[in-house]
Amino acid sequence: MALLEVNGLKVYFHTRDGLVKAVDDVSFSVDSGETLAIVGESGSGKSVTCYSLLDLLPKPPARIEGGTAMFDGVDLLSCDANSMRHFRGNDIAMIFQDPMTSLNPFLTVGEQLIEPLIYHPDKTRIQTRSNARLRAIELLDEVGIIEPEKRFDCYPHEFSGGMRQRVMIAMALINEPRLLICDEPTTALDVTIQAQILKLIKQLQQKRNVAVIFISHDLGVVAGIADKVMVMCNGTVREAADTESVFYRTENDYTKKLLAAIPEGPKVMETRAQAGAPLVEVTNLKTYFKDYSKGVAGTQKRFIKAVDGVSLHIQRGEILGLVGESGSGKSTLGRSILQLAPITEGTVSFAGTQISGMSPNQLVPWRRKMQMIFQDPYASLNPRMTVYETLAEPLLYHGIATRKTIDEQVQHLMDDVGLARANMRKYPHEFSGGQRQRIAIGRAIATKPELIIADEPVSALDVTIQAQILDLILNLVERHNLTMMFISHDLSVVRYISDRVMVMNKGVIIETGDTESLWADPQEKYTRELLKAIPLADPKLERERVLSRSL
Amino acid sequence: MFRFAINRLLQAIPVLLVVISITFLLVHSAPGGPFSADKAVPPEVLKALEAQYKLDQPLWQQYVGYLNDVLHGDFGPSFKYPGRTVNELIASGLPATAELAFYAMLVALFIGASAGVVAATRPNTLQDYLPMSAAMLGICMPSFLLGPLLVLVFGIHLEWVPVSGWGDSAGDKILPAITLGTGYAAYIARLSRGGMLEVLSQDYIRTARAKGLPESLIIAKHALRGGLIPVIAFIGPAFAGLLGGSFVVETIFQIPGLGRFYVQAAFNRDYTMILGTTIFFATLIIVFNLLSDMLAIWLNPKLRQEARGDH
Amino acid sequence: MDRVILEKTDERGSSLWQDAWVKLRKNRLALWGLAVLVILCVVSLLTPWIAPYGYEEQDLILGATPPSAEHWLGTDIFGRDMLTRIMYGGRVSLTVGFIATGVALIIGVLWGAIAGFAGGRVDAVMMRIVDILYALPFMIFIVLLMVVFGRNIFLLFFAIGAVEWLTMARIVRGQVMALRKQEFVEAAYSLGLSQWIIIRRHIIPNTLGPVIVYTTLTIPSVMLLEAFLSFLGLGIQPPQSSWGLLISYGVETMEEFPWLLIFPGLTLSLTLFALNFLGDGLRDALDPRTSKD
Repeated sequence: MALLEVNGLKVYFHTRDGLVKAVDDVSFSVDSGETLAIVGESGSGKSVTCYSLLDLLPKPPARIEGGTAMFDGVDLLSCDANSMRHFRGNDIAMIFQDPMTSLNPFLTVGEQLIEPLIYHPDKTRIQTRSNARLRAIELLDEVGIIEPEKRFDCYPHEFSGGMRQRVMIAMALINEPRLLICDEPTTALDVTIQAQILKLIKQLQQKRNVAVIFISHDLGVVAGIADKVMVMCNGTVREAADTESVFYRTENDYTKKLLAAIPEGPKVMETRAQAGAPLVEVTNLKTYFKDYSKGVAGTQKRFIKAVDGVSLHIQRGEILGLVGESGSGKSTLGRSILQLAPITEGTVSFAGTQISGMSPNQLVPWRRKMQMIFQDPYASLNPRMTVYETLAEPLLYHGIATRKTIDEQVQHLMDDVGLARANMRKYPHEFSGGQRQRIAIGRAIATKPELIIADEPVSALDVTIQAQILDLILNLVERHNLTMMFISHDLSVVRYISDRVMVMNKGVIIETGDTESLWADPQEKYTRELLKAIPLADPKLERERVLSRSL
Repeated sequence: MFRFAINRLLQAIPVLLVVISITFLLVHSAPGGPFSADKAVPPEVLKALEAQYKLDQPLWQQYVGYLNDVLHGDFGPSFKYPGRTVNELIASGLPATAELAFYAMLVALFIGASAGVVAATRPNTLQDYLPMSAAMLGICMPSFLLGPLLVLVFGIHLEWVPVSGWGDSAGDKILPAITLGTGYAAYIARLSRGGMLEVLSQDYIRTARAKGLPESLIIAKHALRGGLIPVIAFIGPAFAGLLGGSFVVETIFQIPGLGRFYVQAAFNRDYTMILGTTIFFATLIIVFNLLSDMLAIWLNPKLRQEARGDH
Repeated sequence: MDRVILEKTDERGSSLWQDAWVKLRKNRLALWGLAVLVILCVVSLLTPWIAPYGYEEQDLILGATPPSAEHWLGTDIFGRDMLTRIMYGGRVSLTVGFIATGVALIIGVLWGAIAGFAGGRVDAVMMRIVDILYALPFMIFIVLLMVVFGRNIFLLFFAIGAVEWLTMARIVRGQVMALRKQEFVEAAYSLGLSQWIIIRRHIIPNTLGPVIVYTTLTIPSVMLLEAFLSFLGLGIQPPQSSWGLLISYGVETMEEFPWLLIFPGLTLSLTLFALNFLGDGLRDALDPRTSKD
């Protein structure tokens, strides 16, 4: 008998628009010292499965329609609220996705840390606050918080994202749980921080011999940490087996599709870059923001040096990848090149003409030659305009189409980006994320531009959709002879799509090189750390890497 | 926090100056002098009166003189109550108004906030609908309608409480306080429900649940502080509203407070009284806005540290 | 999911406005509010033709009578028909409500939009002015205005409008600022569209929702303010009448003739109810958070 045995779990959502079978007949088990990874795309039901174990779902609309979850001989699904409360934060603890919002901003970290001890006194016998405090400081030290005595009395906003996630882990472990549920614990973090947190979780688990359920959409992360993998899709289990079988010997079509969608390894060997004068030339570009933010103590002026002296060139026909972690200034660099962010110093030339310093009117004829694709397909489309209106707007405005030919041209555009013509009169909210990104791409190529700057165009998408959109982008680049700057935090995606890569950190370019040579032989320490932190979807390799990363 | 308070008080100076200037100009540009209402004042008497109140001086001189007086805390003599100063009149009306506003604020805060919190803990159930319907009723029942109705039912019909007066007989403060407080209780109920619902949907509440804390503790310790910040920030504006509302309530219940004085002064064209009261009210409102903002900041650790000046 | 949508034949999508209408139609209280509002407007427009009695028609011998078959809502001490007086009073109250809200709407939207668009220093100065005005004791100012310049209905529109535009300006500015940061507006810039086209096609349609909601909620608060001033004797003056004035007359005689207080009071409360429910319903229906997905 395993520590947790779930059988035939069914969770349905009764919404205004009808019944949604979020989890439909799911069974699994996990034992002490074992890590079960639940993998799936958004809407697969992986989180709902785990939330239902601790009764954390909003009811209504959620309802548990059947099944059992035997934890140490007690059915979690049918026990009353009081005994459920006894399990939570005691025998079963949980870590959540977003450390920025998962801690209460009004209470000190220490106060939140000791709560599980204070309110489950029977188990640990630590009842006084001073004892609890000592135990909490011990644990903060163990999860790698420096100066834990001082940090105990700090508020969450004084911690970085990675540090907050460490605090969350300490809070989950403080009552020595037997089962730890991790819900995408590293998704909101930068890749180097992710590596630290994964290592920490793995070490703590080995030391304490707890059972872990690890929810993730990232097969690379899963490869390094899981003993068993359960693949979910649309509320049902597609495959459940030990990690090696899933990664190396799967027979399941959906798993195969997931694995195939991971952008791994080089795709293009020959560079697409054309010889001759570069299309874009940037010299010593600086973009500083004046921060007029009105603080409580009056208006303070601060400069944020988002881009701090960047020079680069983009050859016609090439895809230049720009990689950086959050706050590196990579998005601002992209916007500055397109003259969407006001630059402080330096010049930008496009096709031999200096476009920096031009007035908005002077820029209009250049605008149609350089376009942008944005990250969030939910925010980048006007919610009150149909697909037709969105696509027709640039065509008509720049006189590319006339009233007579517009219908036909919009239809061509929709064919180009793989949207059914029948959807022309629909509004953005009626489409899925991937389809919306297709519309946004359609708008960007409508004016037949020469340069496209794509700012994290696939980051908000599920991995299978991501693969489709990446292929669409590659296809369009080749068919329309586009030049592209591809901005992303995801090194694997950049490697898959780019001819040349630039690594950016804190407003400056750290390293530039041809994609494969940069991967094979990174010159800078920062680049090496970044590359080392990428999780690979190969369990044998990745298991070693998780623990060997000395970050 | 000290710096913040000083900062805000410094900012209040131009605001007050604007208030004084506008009020002064408005009052002095009014058609008809202050004594024109009195029938057939002989010209020599009028002249003497104008000289007594310095109305014969040029406008700018009057303005500078008045500013100087106000700076020294002197609002000058009343036009309509000979021999009494505006300061005396304000001092005699203030206690009743302050007491009324205080009780009304208690009613508003306690009933309003608890109704809102109760409603937010079980949204879209009877426990939500009942207090919220009552709140809607309170918002749609203005004080000048609610007051008379309360008097009609509890004062005249049931004879439980006195129908007017202030401090003359037992229980005569109940109806005015309820009348003035109900509208704000209703608004605060909606505000706190909204604030609590927002907070209760936050991730950190889920974290608290996952720790196995009892639901009552989650509400009291984790949710209440964030959820009631909008209410705290509303206390300042609510106080301003209460002062305005006291005009009606003091009139209905014949309470000898500032509000009633003000309305009477308005009808009598008692200019110095209008000027003085307006400036006094404006100062009070600015102070209360500052206090409620400071309280809201103090309750938020991040803002508190910023206000302290350590970034 | 992808496939399902792709396979559908050509069909018109439903815009957010249509979605909001569908949602609003499911909200019974809001619909009820809308119905009451429409009926009130129609009755007010037609009052001179459908009122059972003349506005000044007195019957001093009859005096104040409780509701009866001839006078559904009773008569006042001069024997005037209450229903007629409430209907005429409603014309004034609704007019003040709509016009003063209109004033607030125009000032507020322009002010907020300009501040939001200009940004930087202009915005800082404009919003500082709003902050200062917020700190003023407005009720006192309105009383002052009415006293100094006499009780003039146009001044009343102006005075009330001048109070209510502040919040509208804040809402519009907030919306414009948020929209300017939205990626679809940035995309419009990167397409080289002119400022005016961006405002007309991308900004205005997306600020309309909150503006409509707040306008609906401003009307009742304006009517309340008018009634408040009229009650104090500082608003509408006889021979004109408004609900606030009728209530203040009713209060004087409520001991002997309670219906003179209750009926105008009920009418005012009912109207405020209807408008608030409609506003709440619109807010729910137009809330982008509920209309997504």
